[in-house]
Amino acid sequence: MTDLSLETAPKREQPVPGEPENWRRFFSFSTDHKVIGIQYMVVAFVFFLIGGFLAMVMRGELITPEADLIDRTVYNALFTMHGTIMLFMWTFPVLNGLANYLVPLQIGARDMAFPRLNAVAFWLVPVFGVILMASFLVPGGPAQAGWWSYPPVSLQNPTGNLINGQFLWILAVALSGISSIMGGVNIVTTIIRMRAPGMTFFKMPVFCWAVAAAQTIQLFGLPALTAGAVMLLFDLTVGTSFFDPAKGGDPVLFQHFFWFYSHPAVYVIILPVFGIFSEVFPVYARKPLFGYHFVAVSSFVITGLSAIVWVHHMFASGTPGWMRMLFMATSMAISVPTGVKIFAWVATIWGGKIRLTTPMLFALGGLVNFLFAGITGIMLAAVPFDIHVNNTYFVVGHFHYVIYGAAVMGIYAAIYHWFPKMTGRMYYEGLGKLHFVLTFAGVALNFVPMHFAGLMGMPRRVASYDPEFAYWNVLASLGGFLLGVSTLPFLLNMISSWIQGEKAPANPWRAIGLEWLVASPPPHENFAEIPTVVSAPYGYGKNEPLIASQASTELASELS
Amino acid sequence: MSSVNLDQNLNTAATVHAAEHHDEGEHRLFGFIVFLISESVIFLSFFVGYIVYKTSATDWLPAGVEGLEVREPLINTIVLVSSSFVIYFAERFLHKENLWGFRAFWLLTMAMGSFFLYGQAVEWAGLPFSFTDGLFGGTFYLLTGFHGLHVLTGVLMQGVMLGRSFIPGNYDDGEVGVAATSLFWHFVDVIWIILFILIYVWQ
Repeated sequence: MTDLSLETAPKREQPVPGEPENWRRFFSFSTDHKVIGIQYMVVAFVFFLIGGFLAMVMRGELITPEADLIDRTVYNALFTMHGTIMLFMWTFPVLNGLANYLVPLQIGARDMAFPRLNAVAFWLVPVFGVILMASFLVPGGPAQAGWWSYPPVSLQNPTGNLINGQFLWILAVALSGISSIMGGVNIVTTIIRMRAPGMTFFKMPVFCWAVAAAQTIQLFGLPALTAGAVMLLFDLTVGTSFFDPAKGGDPVLFQHFFWFYSHPAVYVIILPVFGIFSEVFPVYARKPLFGYHFVAVSSFVITGLSAIVWVHHMFASGTPGWMRMLFMATSMAISVPTGVKIFAWVATIWGGKIRLTTPMLFALGGLVNFLFAGITGIMLAAVPFDIHVNNTYFVVGHFHYVIYGAAVMGIYAAIYHWFPKMTGRMYYEGLGKLHFVLTFAGVALNFVPMHFAGLMGMPRRVASYDPEFAYWNVLASLGGFLLGVSTLPFLLNMISSWIQGEKAPANPWRAIGLEWLVASPPPHENFAEIPTVVSAPYGYGKNEPLIASQASTELASELS
Repeated sequence: MSSVNLDQNLNTAATVHAAEHHDEGEHRLFGFIVFLISESVIFLSFFVGYIVYKTSATDWLPAGVEGLEVREPLINTIVLVSSSFVIYFAERFLHKENLWGFRAFWLLTMAMGSFFLYGQAVEWAGLPFSFTDGLFGGTFYLLTGFHGLHVLTGVLMQGVMLGRSFIPGNYDDGEVGVAATSLFWHFVDVIWIILFILIYVWQ
């Protein structure tokens, strides 16, 4: 009898290592960096859709000047949640996913330095995602103080409950910080200590350089936000007076803590995207990356400068004149290393044999959008102009051009470029191009009008506005809905291609890089034999082997 | 033919794996140092906050509070700072494979850390102001409490490492956990010295 019951009891399914067809591994506590990478990206994309839905509700509200679609408090909650989700639950996790998937493959390692820590860091993402989403269910609804949660607004607790929307917001952000610190320690250790023989720093792909630079920012920046968040939490719950001006506290200090991390956080997002551009352009232009050393090092120049620019968010916060001048200069200096990169990418494409595949289109579109966003960024760094457009839609348009126009398009480029490697299947080129056209047009239609509305003086974070701004808002709303539509061909493409796409060879793009020497998808532990790297990356047109005994490795990859 | 190739691949893979496991300990220590550097920024932020508040606040000390008593905290400080030397000797004993010497000095470190925590608790209990008493009360308890939490973590880590020393052969070729714990202890010490100067010396 007991035997029988044992047999009928369901067996505990363990993901079998090295069995790529076992889909259950994506729902397990897997420590394989490739599984974790895809877990990150899929979960992040789900939150991207949620955050995008919230944005479309807001654009629906703003299509008419009156506040008629939703209540004003709901609108406040929506923009707070939209910003928080898009930054902490979409861009950071999806880029962590890409870094997780690609870095060990690109540097010739079998896995990350700390596989279990890696899995813990990932599984915190759904945990704090659920905590943040749960704030829709508590009395009083989610936090309404915007994604930056400035006190004293964020210290108001109208319902008087201990567990309120703002409390859950701080908790979710703190957990996100812990997860990101774990990821940062792991990725930095991996890049510094796990490189294959011969893979010197200056033979490393620029993506790894950029990821290392970005994760360095997480390591020195996030603790400052955590410190501020802890103090804010005490103010909110036990009644300390750190940031409460009514009790002698200093609300501007919170702004310093917040922006010391949250401006560099923009570079945490954009630096890996710069890395993606640097990987994609050489492949589809068939030319080595122009000025490799400068592009590689400029990422760390950005990391260094990022620590001394944060006050440009606070030009209107009673900041003394000398501080304004200083931070205006440092903020504008950021355009030098970014300019180096843009110049290098253009020089890489220049005169190349360009193939306009979907990843190349997204990378080119992202480059154009980033140039535009960079120019408005320099405008905003200038104190007089910043004071003029402070807290208007010009700022909203600027940073959406950075985050959607450049970063999200770069992320799409990466997903298409490495999709054959990750899944072993090719995507449908036609749907990909449709996706690109809709996204690029949607970005322009949604975010260009915001600049005009902002120059006319339309304030951000309002549910109703003066009718003179209506023209630009109708256009922006149409663009917002177009961006919503643009995700449909992407989802269709990803799901159907993964299920029944054409089988992908190990190197469908004839790209140069360690990840393209192994099978698609790569076997468990990536390399049958750790390769010895002998030449610099991006050797297009040079006809030299990337690793010692390349022929035998290719044979090995065919076997596995 | 191909199976022979595969076998060779497996063999080389096995030797490579052994070499990689040897490196793992060093990776962990490296990762831990990276983490400590990151962690120090939280303290740095609190210190900066404290300095900003102290130099700019209009009502710094709560009503009826004159300042802090320095004598007992100074004794505490001396104990904690000396424990950094004690833990160093414990590590030296482990290095010379003298396990009992290691355990004795390790235990002494734990005792000194616990004494510090006890002294802190006594001091807190006797103070006339609380966490919510203005900026001084807030920052005082925030800084000492956050540091105390680290001391407690350090003592708990030391307890785990002491327990693991009784697993036979566990510490034969050095132990990353011991090195990391000791490093953490030095870190906690350095933070306390800065904290002591900021809060008790600079009044």
